[in-house]
Amino acid sequence: MARALDAARSLVRRDLLLALRRKSDVGTALLFFVIVASLFPLGVGAEPNLLHAIGPGVIWVAALLSSMLSLSRLFADDHADGTLEQMLLGAAPLGVVVAAKAAAHWLVSGLPLVLIAPLLAIQYDLSASLIAVLTLSLLLGTPVLSMIGAIGAALTLGLRGGGVLLALLVLPLYVPVLVMGAGSVDMAAAGLGAQSQLLLLAAMLIVSLAFAPWAIAAALRISIE
Amino acid sequence: MSARPMRWFWFSSPHTFFPLAGSIARICALAAAVLCVAGLYVGLFVAPTDAQQGEAYRIIFIHVPAAWMSMFLYVVMAFWAAMGLAFNTRLSGMMASALAPTGALFTFIALWTGSLWGKPTWGTWWVWDARLTSELILLFLYFGFMALKAAIEEPRRADRASGVLALVGVVNVPIIYYSVKWWNTLHQGASVSFTKAPSMAATMLVGMLLMALAFWMYSIAVALTRVRCMIREEER
Amino acid sequence: MLEAIDLECERGGRALFRGLCFELAAGELLRLAGPNGSGKTSLLRVLCGLLAPVAGEVRWKDEPIRALREDYARELVYVGHAPAVKDDLTAAENLEIACRLAGNPASRAEALAALDLMGLARHDVPVRKLSQGQRRRAALARLALSGAAPLWLLDEPFAALDSAASEVLERLIARHAGAGGAVVYTTHHEVGLAASLVIEL
Repeated sequence: MARALDAARSLVRRDLLLALRRKSDVGTALLFFVIVASLFPLGVGAEPNLLHAIGPGVIWVAALLSSMLSLSRLFADDHADGTLEQMLLGAAPLGVVVAAKAAAHWLVSGLPLVLIAPLLAIQYDLSASLIAVLTLSLLLGTPVLSMIGAIGAALTLGLRGGGVLLALLVLPLYVPVLVMGAGSVDMAAAGLGAQSQLLLLAAMLIVSLAFAPWAIAAALRISIE
Repeated sequence: MSARPMRWFWFSSPHTFFPLAGSIARICALAAAVLCVAGLYVGLFVAPTDAQQGEAYRIIFIHVPAAWMSMFLYVVMAFWAAMGLAFNTRLSGMMASALAPTGALFTFIALWTGSLWGKPTWGTWWVWDARLTSELILLFLYFGFMALKAAIEEPRRADRASGVLALVGVVNVPIIYYSVKWWNTLHQGASVSFTKAPSMAATMLVGMLLMALAFWMYSIAVALTRVRCMIREEER
Repeated sequence: MLEAIDLECERGGRALFRGLCFELAAGELLRLAGPNGSGKTSLLRVLCGLLAPVAGEVRWKDEPIRALREDYARELVYVGHAPAVKDDLTAAENLEIACRLAGNPASRAEALAALDLMGLARHDVPVRKLSQGQRRRAALARLALSGAAPLWLLDEPFAALDSAASEVLERLIARHAGAGGAVVYTTHHEVGLAASLVIEL
């Protein structure tokens, strides 16, 4: 057991180290997030009430899309240089290994989004309490996106047209998270309290942490054959 | 090695299943035609005019059975996918692939007829409430299933990968079904349930059930015919 | 220790081999021979548990490997075609992580010693900057630290190695077999190893 956790921890550390050495990849996703969120006011016009209304949704969609950008590489890089097979043959059960990979993905592609979101929310003139709800919803939701996205990444490993196919598979599963996440801020803006949506997001997080690793592992074994 | 387990797997060989599929398909096609005529007759001529909606409501006889089928077929598809993953039988994968296009068709019909119905009654072609959104997601799940299967060349890996996808998506079906109970939406609540007496006229209910059975028989006939085509293709 | 019973494998609809059986005891070397595309790599992957055979099973110490899962994986080391090293990390970092992932952590000193043994001096540059042969050496250095795993499965380990490195590898394999381990390997070159068992695919 200790060896399994040790292996998982070293895997997370390895992915973080790789991300640090390849800063351009991390930067690209973050930059994409900022650019998309900043494009909307230019596209729909800068009327404050409109921006106020669409802000949470736009930020959520931008977070979703940029989180998805780096998904196709989640397993593909390791598959190409042979390290993925070593992970399958490692001391930790495959479920733990893939959970570690998804966790590293979130730390590199999800957490920075959560931290930058308040700045983007200011662009949409959201109040401080709404920004807090938005950040909390992103904090709860982005790990779910990483987990569900990892299922898609594992299923489409090594396929031609992988990126678009991955989007097609994963976006329908992302929709409940998006609806709850953006909806929580809308509820708070309407003065109705965001508890129910946030609690549902937390429930989704727990369920995906419990079940997604199994699905990712099964998908990976199928793709590796 | 007792005879009982053998019998369960007797028909899991494509070769032995082929003739059985043919006979079942023929019977179900006939049943579908008969039930469809009966259902449409009841729906269009026998059932009374609705007090609030007039004649426009009659699209319910296509819309509701199609929606039921879309969810039911997904669950059956997920069931066959699970069988394929558990027992590694080629035929289970074929059954799942055969059901997908029909399921997608019924989902589309449900969405389209719902839209046609929504315009005169709600005043809008589309609204993003829980039930419609999850039905739309169901359509995309069907498309994703078919796209993934098409993208993988090796048939066994294609079956198993799309099987995993189908099982992950099956979570969506209860959400659609219960969405009208969980959230206050524009879509009307359930009028038909297994536990309470239905809150609609008996003839309307009969019409809907007849159409649902017709669609079910149609699905079986079409899916089995597709499976026969797949078996033929593999034998070549 | 390792037993294959009636293995059947197929690739792209074509059967690679059928009814393959063998038994490998401790201290024995098994060499897989055959032309390109004959299924050597597939057989190795079946033995690892990465690929499920169409028929038959593999047993490790009389238990089917499908039941053993991680317990079996802990007892083996697999070095495949791809060197399994990350380009952006140094050879030493790669080696440490590989050992950790396998549940057999090695200290920095042990890793450096293993790399020295394989004749790899530049162990603090990213692997990206190394040549093909040097990458192979970095990957194979793992074997020097894997004495604890009884079964070694090596796919073309001698490829891209010069004679000095080949000799080191031969010595490692012989020493491992002598200590009671078992090694399954494929090679296209003539190597100074006396295989106890040869299977022609």
